[in-house]
Amino acid sequence: MSTIALLAITGIGLGGLYFLVAAGLALIFGLMRVLNFAHGAFLLLGGYFGWLLGAHLFGGAVTITNLQFVSVLIVATLTGAVLGTLTELVLIRPLYRREIAQVLVTVGLTLVIGALVIGIWGADPKPFPTPAWVHHTTRVLGATVPNSRFLLIGAALVVLIALQLFLRHTRYGLIVRAGVENRTMVSAMGIDVRRAFTLVFALGGAIAGLGGALAGVYFGAVSPDLGTVLLIDAFIVVVIGGLGSISGAALAALAVGLLQQFANYYVVGVGDLAIVLLLVVVLLIRPRGMLGAAT
Amino acid sequence: MLVLALVVVLALVPFLNLPTAGLLPDRLNAPGSLQLLGLCLVFGALAMTYDLLFGFTGMLSFGHALFFAAGSYTFAIAVNILHLSGPMALGLTLLVALLLPLVIGAISLRTSGIAFAMVTLAFAQASAVIVGQDPWHATGGELGLGVVYARLPEFLVGVVNTRYLYWISLGLLIIVAGVVWWVSGSVTGRVWQAIRENEQRVQILGLRPYTFKLLAFVTASFLAALCGIAYVLLVGGTNPAIISAQFTLTLLVMVVLGGAGTRWGALVGGVVYTFLDQRLVTVAGSQAMAALPAPLRVPLSQPLFILGIIFILVILFRPAGIVSLFRPTVGRRRRWPLRSRQARR
Repeated sequence: MSTIALLAITGIGLGGLYFLVAAGLALIFGLMRVLNFAHGAFLLLGGYFGWLLGAHLFGGAVTITNLQFVSVLIVATLTGAVLGTLTELVLIRPLYRREIAQVLVTVGLTLVIGALVIGIWGADPKPFPTPAWVHHTTRVLGATVPNSRFLLIGAALVVLIALQLFLRHTRYGLIVRAGVENRTMVSAMGIDVRRAFTLVFALGGAIAGLGGALAGVYFGAVSPDLGTVLLIDAFIVVVIGGLGSISGAALAALAVGLLQQFANYYVVGVGDLAIVLLLVVVLLIRPRGMLGAAT
Repeated sequence: MLVLALVVVLALVPFLNLPTAGLLPDRLNAPGSLQLLGLCLVFGALAMTYDLLFGFTGMLSFGHALFFAAGSYTFAIAVNILHLSGPMALGLTLLVALLLPLVIGAISLRTSGIAFAMVTLAFAQASAVIVGQDPWHATGGELGLGVVYARLPEFLVGVVNTRYLYWISLGLLIIVAGVVWWVSGSVTGRVWQAIRENEQRVQILGLRPYTFKLLAFVTASFLAALCGIAYVLLVGGTNPAIISAQFTLTLLVMVVLGGAGTRWGALVGGVVYTFLDQRLVTVAGSQAMAALPAPLRVPLSQPLFILGIIFILVILFRPAGIVSLFRPTVGRRRRWPLRSRQARR
């Protein structure tokens, strides 16, 4: 029982991390039909800027106070948001309506940012600053669960709820949802959809930046390959959930996280294989994913 | 005529004891230079095979690295672990190179567009996981697999014989380029391009896009596996990096950098990318670089930074790739895949 509880909670925690990376991807793809390869780079820089703040302002301590930790998360989120906005304005916008070129330009950006990170901070992992309680454990149903998993679950829930509130109850959310549904019609109504593009890139980048910092917490360190590793998982999650669907991404992230944890427990090292197989099966049975709209 | 002259010059390179003014690691026909040139030729050929899929047929595969790696790993495993002789190992690799893409292509092509990209990515990822974890102790895991030279023909072994490896690379490039030229100009090649432009219309004309796409997939993958064999001979082993999704992205960058769907483009892109990737490291270590202030030096000493910037600039300002610089008419009209959706309708 305690093993199952442990696997379930850590699985949901991993799912939370996957959701944080996948949510922005799903949002951007839904509105703009762009598979954003630079998402891994947003995440990477978010994580590194969070680490920088901890390493330089807080005296390089690996254990920091709650307040300092919150500021690390805020810095990471802002980094992602700024980077997302700049990417959209400088690289994506000039290539308006040329989706494949937009995808390719994001590929170029990941190369550039990945190389910069290695050039500036080196290839070694950097220990990520966290408050002490994150490393402690809590007993739930007889299982000893690391607190960082609860942090991830909490963050993912907050982001999910905030996103849904934004999409359903604000005017910009309405435009984004309408744009996902039918972009041409929204333009015909005299609404500048392109402003919504910048917005989803900023939002997606912000969530990715936060995800980068929390990935640093989860893995205990940030390293230059963080972005690439999580990006592929996030692609898998987004495709299983249905491209463009936030709730789909949440469900798929949960499924993928749980599957990976349980598979890895019963047969060591088989988790990665299991989620890839899940992807193939889902795509062959239902090519638009769990909650994807028919196109 | 020009092509023939180019081939002759390339074939004579091992006899030309010329200085290279620092462009290559050593004099032109030194083993180090020949290996680097061979690598450029192999990756040029590999980029052409990816262009068959992406540039000519419009299929965005994220799993092409798998077939290149399949060629490398099958050959290395056949020699090292199955103890096959050179020709037998080659035969086995060719068989795998034909059957693997047939099976994977037949499954993947049930989907199209982004879903196709993801299924191919999934197959490549699954293989990468297996190669990395190495459950049957065959692939050497994270370290890769060095070919046991004792079982190879003598002329392929040793630094002195690098020129034979160079000629093998050149021969591979000629074979791949020959097939790509012939096939893309044939009726089948026209149907591929028609599928790229408008798959529905091809279907209405009474042709089965599935069959043609599978043919493109198997052809491109088989040729990629051939490149894999040449690579393993040239480098002396395999490494798990060549099966990563990152490596397929590199191929995509090469093709687009040169110019997708133009035959020459992918070749030029592959050669230029590989050359810069290998040689910029040396520039980074040079004295001129050490004199630069840190904000300039740090990014400029990363080859991928420079390549990434060039790539972005090409997409923004020269969407038809490097080759369009030499063919102005091509540059003016925006070619697949970089023109807008509107223009395609």
